[in-house]
Amino acid sequence: MYPADYRYTKDHEWIKVEGPVGTIGITDYAQSELGDVVFAELPKLGVTMKAGESFGTIESVKAVSEIFTPVSGEITEINSKLVDTPEIINKDPHGSAWLVKIRLSDPKEVSALMDAAAYETYIAAQAKEH
Amino acid sequence: MVNFGGWDMPVEYSGILSEHEAVRTRAGLFDVSHMGEIEVRGHSALDLVQWVTCNNAAKLVVGQAQYSGLMTERGTFVDDLLVHKISDTHYLLCVNASNQDRDFDHIVSKNEVGAEVENAGPRYSQLAVQGPRAKEILQKLTPVVLDPIRYYHFTFGKVSGVDCLIARTGYTGEDGFEIYFDPQFSEKLWGELMQAGEAFGMIPCGLGARNTLRLEAAMCLYGHEIDETTTPLEAGLGWICKLEKGRFLGCDVLAAQKQSGIGRKLVGFEMIDKRIGRDGYPVQIDGRDAGCVTSGGPAPFLKKNIGMAYVPPESSAAGSSIEIGIRGQAAAARIVALPFYKRPH
Repeated sequence: MYPADYRYTKDHEWIKVEGPVGTIGITDYAQSELGDVVFAELPKLGVTMKAGESFGTIESVKAVSEIFTPVSGEITEINSKLVDTPEIINKDPHGSAWLVKIRLSDPKEVSALMDAAAYETYIAAQAKEH
Repeated sequence: MVNFGGWDMPVEYSGILSEHEAVRTRAGLFDVSHMGEIEVRGHSALDLVQWVTCNNAAKLVVGQAQYSGLMTERGTFVDDLLVHKISDTHYLLCVNASNQDRDFDHIVSKNEVGAEVENAGPRYSQLAVQGPRAKEILQKLTPVVLDPIRYYHFTFGKVSGVDCLIARTGYTGEDGFEIYFDPQFSEKLWGELMQAGEAFGMIPCGLGARNTLRLEAAMCLYGHEIDETTTPLEAGLGWICKLEKGRFLGCDVLAAQKQSGIGRKLVGFEMIDKRIGRDGYPVQIDGRDAGCVTSGGPAPFLKKNIGMAYVPPESSAAGSSIEIGIRGQAAAARIVALPFYKRPH
């Protein structure tokens, strides 16, 4: 379920790092908690962000959720498919429904994030609290 | 699952959007057993109902239901409710789950006419079959001919062999029925209805769709549009406020307010901005804080983002521009006439 080559945050974002660029999305757990997604507000190209900063919001029918960048860097690409079809976040959160690409300013930040096994343990504990 | 007035209830089964669509185009089944019931009996039953509620229950015929408000002395809402006239000496009040005990205490404390008041919630389960196919689905399970039961009327009869009060009421803006029965038959009737509805595309619906459906139909929700600080006149519910019926709790305050005018008015709005104005967000008019969103969110059937809000009466005309404060930014919206959605049939 959770790709082994991605890294994960406690706020339920994932990042896949390829060379200097990371692709960021929200996890399957996050989309299932949100329910039907109806709108995604994403940052402008070229914006620079620090790890942990909010870079947008995802709105479902029942709630709005901020999204936080797992790493620092500059936004280099935005998934334009989300403008007209935000609902793909529910269908393919780890794939075609990626949110943004970021040029990492400090690649060492990635090692502080959870791997897939740690994230699965983390969400299993969260589910128990519910 | 969420805790709702002490009940563990599902927010959604298959998803709010699919559940909403099912109710607008086919049918949905809601377990609304959390709703409270209070029964008022005796020769002075009508006198007590008339004293504590603002609509005119004397106009009801046996087998008729009425939307009304349970009033404080200040003419504000203790709760909103449905009043069912079972006989000249017997009324069934259907109230909100979270208010049930408070409503009961309030009615008892105002009972100076010797009516018998029972907190009857534990004796009833309630299921709501809602949507354009609801009548056909329920008809498969009951010998009662449903077609002649008019909107906001009810009768007694068997559903799958179980004694029920069958009311043509609902909280979705669609045609449909709410059935009240002994809780021991809850699982049986849920199962029988789901089975009967399968061929019609009926699906189970949770609290999430219940909220989006009632918002699209611009029906008030206690704790949002109405509460102990709001009057029926402010909430656009002047039609349930029958000042000519005789004295009732809060009638003097309401008469004075009708005379002097209201200080704020409930309106509907549509977002122009792509963002969603949600419950509690501030409303600004010409840059000044003018009120608050009472309920706001996506209207799945209309494919718009809508909401209701209190604004000053002078700024309440349909077509007026307003702004909703969304995460520190002003988002454009416009006031529209209510309801947002009205069923075509």
